[in-house]
Amino acid sequence: MAESLLSVRSLTKRFGAVRASDDFSLEVARGELHALIGPNGAGKTTALNQLSGELLPDSGQVYFDGRRITRLATHRRARLGLARSYQITSIFERLTVRENLSLSIQAHNGHSFRFWRKASHDPAILQAIEPALARVGLEDRSDIPAANLSHGEKRQLEVGMALAGHPKMLLLDEPYAGMGPGGAVELTKLIRRLKADVTILMVEHDMRAVFALSDRITVLVYGRAVASGTPEEIRQNPLVRQAYLGDEVNGCSR
Amino acid sequence: MRTAGSISIQVNRRTIALSIGTIMLLVLPVAAGLADEPYLVSLFSRILIYALAAVSLDLMLGFGGMVSLGHAAFVGIGAYVIAILSLHGFEGTPVISWPMTIAGSESALLLWPAAVVLSAGAAALIGALSLRTSGMHFIMITLAFAQMLYYFFVSLEVYGGDDGLSLFTRNTLPGVDLGDDHQFYYLCLAALSAFLFLSWRLIHSRFGMVIRGCRENERRMKSLGFAAFRYRLVCFVIAGAGAGLAGALIANQTEYVSPGLMHWTRSGQILVMVLLGGMGTLFGPVLGAATLLLLEELLSIYTEHWMVYLGPFLILVVLFAKRGIYGVIAGKNGNHG
Repeated sequence: MAESLLSVRSLTKRFGAVRASDDFSLEVARGELHALIGPNGAGKTTALNQLSGELLPDSGQVYFDGRRITRLATHRRARLGLARSYQITSIFERLTVRENLSLSIQAHNGHSFRFWRKASHDPAILQAIEPALARVGLEDRSDIPAANLSHGEKRQLEVGMALAGHPKMLLLDEPYAGMGPGGAVELTKLIRRLKADVTILMVEHDMRAVFALSDRITVLVYGRAVASGTPEEIRQNPLVRQAYLGDEVNGCSR
Repeated sequence: MRTAGSISIQVNRRTIALSIGTIMLLVLPVAAGLADEPYLVSLFSRILIYALAAVSLDLMLGFGGMVSLGHAAFVGIGAYVIAILSLHGFEGTPVISWPMTIAGSESALLLWPAAVVLSAGAAALIGALSLRTSGMHFIMITLAFAQMLYYFFVSLEVYGGDDGLSLFTRNTLPGVDLGDDHQFYYLCLAALSAFLFLSWRLIHSRFGMVIRGCRENERRMKSLGFAAFRYRLVCFVIAGAGAGLAGALIANQTEYVSPGLMHWTRSGQILVMVLLGGMGTLFGPVLGAATLLLLEELLSIYTEHWMVYLGPFLILVVLFAKRGIYGVIAGKNGNHG
């Protein structure tokens, strides 16, 4: 597929006898929001870790933007424009919101072997920081330590950090995890806005969000992609119903 | 956002403490002269030198999150560079004659940069290997490297082995008489101030932000696109260079070096200075060095078992003052010193 931004071919990863990824293939087209769903233990996070480079597959290939990145180090993938956010919020708690975002901007703005000038006076960072704060709606909270944010705000910051470097693609690992109803609404708005700018691969349990947001969905069962298609196709797919969705799909289509 | 009022109070409290400290250090030799206690000048020179070593450790420990138990190795290397080159300079013999001849020297302008560069080089080597590990393994491997160096110098009979090596005189520096304790004191003060200023620039620079990010969450730094290892290594090297300078100064101050300088207990002592003064603050390690060495000096007047009293004090500080003595003085939000 020429239009694929991310192409995963026959990825296999074993942990002892367990096949966390089993001949797993996936195509994510440029500009789409692709959801990766599956029951607990289906290997969703393992798959994501292999895409971000934190785990290396036993076999198979990963192509991103026309380049083979199967064994590329995590920080190099990030620099190619493949960003990720974490299921367990992974921000720099002791730094302020502004510092968190400015680090993310810095990562994509030349090297940081600069020892003299204050980072907070760096024009390249200054120029990008306000839009980055605005994008995640944290302008008013910019100077407090990230540890003092509410859970929802932390999730917003988490996504904001992944976005600060203007990635081509964003890997979102369960963005709705532990989110209250109010926060979830905010996050849905945020992701809707993001869809316009960046290709997204989202691992998510919240079916309401998945079916509301996704262009395409891939269903993972025991490390293997059993189905892939539009939300409507997935909803109709008997294999998927049997393997995993069952009542939840009916619940959502009410 | 904090209110402007509370910011100015913090700055004031910090600034006042800092000004008092600076003035005290500036007038100390004069005061010692008036009180007829010339010994104080050399005691405080020692404190300033160890403060320099402690600040350099804090750069990697407090800001970079790398707990090293081998930092004294770099102090020792700096000191030995001075002692060995001075010895050959005094004797007029070459240090090595193959593959090229390197002559000894007694000039500080030559020796001190050499001490800094060689310590930094050793740090690059040790760091490149140690930083492949983290946590407890990192502590153990830095400790192991330091002990290796310790035993290397113990067995280096040519340069005194276990007995160490005496300098014939302090090094020479144009315009400064290093042999004069007062001038030497001010030189140590200048060296510490310069290193503090460099560190202050460093921790607020882009590099400093990356280092602090790596302390908080290395995994996330990688996923943001930073080659964490390289930044940590450079931080390790800078810390080693600072320790090397401290070593060069200590060799000149005591006019004697021995393997004991790099023994792991010495690394532990520097680590305690940082913890006591306040990890992750700039001036904390200076306070820690002063407190530890002064207490040691004071308590040993009354009892030879001064450790018995020092121990509980350390425990109390670590338990009740989260950011060490600096935290108590500068207040809760006194940022980084």
